[in-house]
Amino acid sequence: MGIELSKVAKSYGSVQAVRGIDLGVAPGETVALLGPNGAGKTTTIDMIFGLARPDSGTVSVFGASPTEAVRSGWIGGTLQDGSPPDQLKVRELVTLMASYYPHPLGVDDVLRQTGTADLAGRWASKLSGGQAQRVRFAAALVGDPDLLVLDEPTSGIDVEGRIEFWQAMRAVAERGKTILFATHYLEEADANADRIVLMARGRIVADGPATEIKAKVGSRSIRATLLGVDLAELQALPGVLSAERHGEAITLSCSDTDAALSALLISFPGTRDTEVRGASLEEAFLELTHEDDHDDRDAIEPSSSSKEGAR
Amino acid sequence: MSGTTHVRYELLRALRSWRTLFLSFGLPLVLYCVIVPANRHVVSDGIPFKLYFMTGMAAYGAMWGSINPGARIARDRAKGWVRALRVTPLRTRTEIAAKVLTAYLIALLTLALLFLAGALFGVRLDAAQWFEMTGLLLVGMAPFVAVGIALGHLLSVDALPPAMGGLVVLLALLGGAFGQLFPRGVMLTIVKLLPSYWLVHAGRAVVGSGSWPAEGWIVVAVWTLCLTPLAAIAYRHDTATV
Repeated sequence: MGIELSKVAKSYGSVQAVRGIDLGVAPGETVALLGPNGAGKTTTIDMIFGLARPDSGTVSVFGASPTEAVRSGWIGGTLQDGSPPDQLKVRELVTLMASYYPHPLGVDDVLRQTGTADLAGRWASKLSGGQAQRVRFAAALVGDPDLLVLDEPTSGIDVEGRIEFWQAMRAVAERGKTILFATHYLEEADANADRIVLMARGRIVADGPATEIKAKVGSRSIRATLLGVDLAELQALPGVLSAERHGEAITLSCSDTDAALSALLISFPGTRDTEVRGASLEEAFLELTHEDDHDDRDAIEPSSSSKEGAR
Repeated sequence: MSGTTHVRYELLRALRSWRTLFLSFGLPLVLYCVIVPANRHVVSDGIPFKLYFMTGMAAYGAMWGSINPGARIARDRAKGWVRALRVTPLRTRTEIAAKVLTAYLIALLTLALLFLAGALFGVRLDAAQWFEMTGLLLVGMAPFVAVGIALGHLLSVDALPPAMGGLVVLLALLGGAFGQLFPRGVMLTIVKLLPSYWLVHAGRAVVGSGSWPAEGWIVVAVWTLCLTPLAAIAYRHDTATV
């Protein structure tokens, strides 16, 4: 295993930041740690870096303790809050970081890859937010660690910078590196990770490819044009969770679109313009991260069962 | 994976700071060059003023240089750089050694500048005396290096400059860097307990016995032995795994 967290819990005072999570990241995998603010992403990352010690459970990185992995140069990355130090130029900062690792990459190559070559002569402490993020990425990359852990690597970067950043990141992933990045941007997780680990309130509420996470929510919908039908009748169809009407258009949220669709077409032959939509990742995200407000309930199971019960 | 690059950049960062340039080099050198001409032939307390004030200003500059890593530590902490370094293979001992070494290298530059100025104003010592004086000043700096590292890890970036400035100026003044305040009496006994007194009196020591009396060595040793663990505790407290 690249990273292995087993039953890891961590509290700060009375705040339970992480409430017993199991997480494995295989070597070579790119995994997004997705979740809203306060989900426990940064605490999880701090424990992987050995900056925080779990109250219970174990964390290992390539079979060793996080501290050993950091000392050996196997793991590198960026923390969420941190800006480059004073009185160093960008190239000097990257050269300095390279000097800490046993087998660093070429400084010039890394500056080019990360789009920071034109900043090489600038003071590292006097960059814009987006520029500083790119320099931090260059500094994390130059040591060529096997595992890169990046906490919100694109916050503060503009759209163009983001595209460049993910290009550079994909090149790193193609070289067989293991990558774990935290983000609260869905599109980023969807587009750049092999797997999404969705966290909310200190728990992992979903773990899998983006498609699986969308499927997990179960709510796909059917839209159609249908006149003069009572909503209650629609709601009673098999596989339908709820029904809405906007003018002539109806929208059925479904737990089973196949069953609902055939029932709809048989019961209401007047149905036109039928369209089946999957839940967007955004809907999945909101549903999985917001519905469970009770701390001691498990987030996924009650959500689907309560819906089944409601129909 | 040696620490040489880290030390080199640490030194470069110190030399690029206006604080270092002004407080460690500029201010003591300018004070010396302005005050000595008018007092060129004064002999104060048995030794020529130009020698006394040379070691006084060298000590003052060296105090700034040796405590200065603390300012860098506080700024790096505020920027999250101290934390960022903890997720690299850089070892604690390399990090601390680089701070100490930088403090000493900056202080050596201060001494070189002041000794050169002293020589230009007619301070004449033989090679062994210059060498001994340098050695005493470097030894006497140790408590200041420790206090700098401790303060850097304890105080916020806003609180540090006034605390450090006040401490250095007070210790320099009491130690006699700007002239002997207490020629005799109970106050002299008290200021002799300060490490700055012995730093300032390194020049007097070499024209006399060639070294500090036992009392000087004990004061410097006790301060160093008390402050070094304090610096270690401050570092560990600041960088503890939570």
